[in-house]
Amino acid sequence: MLLIKCPWCGARDQSEFSCHGEAHIARPENPAALDDAQWGDYVFFRSNPKGLHRERWMHAHGCRRWFNAARDTRSDRILATYKPFESPPKIKDQKSPAEKS
Amino acid sequence: MSRYSLFSLLRHSLDYHRGWQRAWRNPQPKRAYDVVIVGGGGHGLATAYYLASECGVANVAVVEKGWLGGGNTGRNTTIVRSNYLWDESARLYDHAVKLWEGLSRELNYNVMFSQRGLLHLAHNVHDMQEIARRGCAIGLNGIDSEFLAPAQVAKMVPFINLHGRYPVLGALLQRRGGTARHDAVAWGYARAADKLGVDIIQNCEVTGFGMERGAVTGVHTERGFIAAGKVGCVVAGHCGVLAQMAGFRLPLESVPLQALVSEPLKPALDCVVMSGSVHAYISQSDKGELVIGAGSDAYNSYSQRGGFDTIEHALGAVVELYPVFSRLKMLRQWGGVVDVTVDRSPLLTKTPVGGLFFNCGWGTGGFKATPGSGHVFAHSIARGEMHPIAAPFSLERFHSGALVDEGAAAAVAH
Repeated sequence: MLLIKCPWCGARDQSEFSCHGEAHIARPENPAALDDAQWGDYVFFRSNPKGLHRERWMHAHGCRRWFNAARDTRSDRILATYKPFESPPKIKDQKSPAEKS
Repeated sequence: MSRYSLFSLLRHSLDYHRGWQRAWRNPQPKRAYDVVIVGGGGHGLATAYYLASECGVANVAVVEKGWLGGGNTGRNTTIVRSNYLWDESARLYDHAVKLWEGLSRELNYNVMFSQRGLLHLAHNVHDMQEIARRGCAIGLNGIDSEFLAPAQVAKMVPFINLHGRYPVLGALLQRRGGTARHDAVAWGYARAADKLGVDIIQNCEVTGFGMERGAVTGVHTERGFIAAGKVGCVVAGHCGVLAQMAGFRLPLESVPLQALVSEPLKPALDCVVMSGSVHAYISQSDKGELVIGAGSDAYNSYSQRGGFDTIEHALGAVVELYPVFSRLKMLRQWGGVVDVTVDRSPLLTKTPVGGLFFNCGWGTGGFKATPGSGHVFAHSIARGEMHPIAAPFSLERFHSGALVDEGAAAAVAH
């Protein structure tokens, strides 16, 4: 990883950034309508994929603005970064050669 | 299989040690078992051992994708302690420490468990309040701890820098804490389980679960389908991947955790020193290497390596606290993948799939619990109901809200 391209200020060292977990989790429209299991799912359960992961980052020691990144959790390679209001770029979740079998 | 003893050592020495048997068999998988354990690390092998030795279930296979103890069992910093704040955790981890105390004898295998004492340093007012609260709370649970003043810390660790950037204001000492030889734990459980008839099948990755009417019927592996009445998944790092195969999610995320060892030096540090608020854990192995643990990296990853800045942070704290170590060279550095739950407590649980049990989510500190984890999990699988010590650690807690919040209680910063 090492270099992360902040969509607001360009490529910077990874240590300037903080990661804040899975992105695109919408708060339920009407929390009071959910039962305990649904609310627990929203608060605590994450997809934790081995492969393409879309996640929230903040440029903590830089512009302090938020953005999203698409990253492969097998290689830590960042495939794209985009601003919070932009729709996520389409990326094919490729299997690594070792996992094709 | 012959017992290990002083006499067997003398007998084999007459033969220049050429006559030792293999410690366990390398069997072909049978078509069906009563119980299949997925994962041949310490916790999985301990589960298999206690199933066979205490629960009367010997028709057990342990299926491991790599080699025994090659995952986080071989990657941790070997620390054992039980000074956890909450009652539920205290019962679980102290159950483990009590089993550790008799483990070498029980397994007839020297796991080199050394109760050399474990210091938890306090560097600021909050740390002092935290150790005061925790020390008193765990005292009520019968777990030993002593409060040390800085001068007493300096007596145990003469070269510590009490007045640096991270001043040492006090410490909590658990004398029953210490270290064990991590590989020996896996090998000892494997040998003892094998002796009781457990089949240990290495290099055999699980690729899916067989399911019928909402219950598990076995596991699909690289070497074909293995039928099983019950399946226990005891996996670190990849339990989320296994859960996905079985069709549900777990309340945890997989992150890298790094550790490193120095070049060997003569005995210098005869206890474990933890420093939670600055993420530096240090002890000296019997080989003489300093074993140093860092904090976990802050992003999900299955890459088995972490960021260099995390290592730099841990070593910065080590050098500040122990200036004499500043000229040491680090020999090896590695990362493991740990499954971290929201409340930093493990999952020992039934699942939405009948007959499928999970023991995972031990996060950054599973090694210490190995015997206790295996013991209560084996009883849970055998009875089909969670053991009373394991019951609070079910998946249910993330729906009921009854979390065991060691993350906030913070025996260490995770």
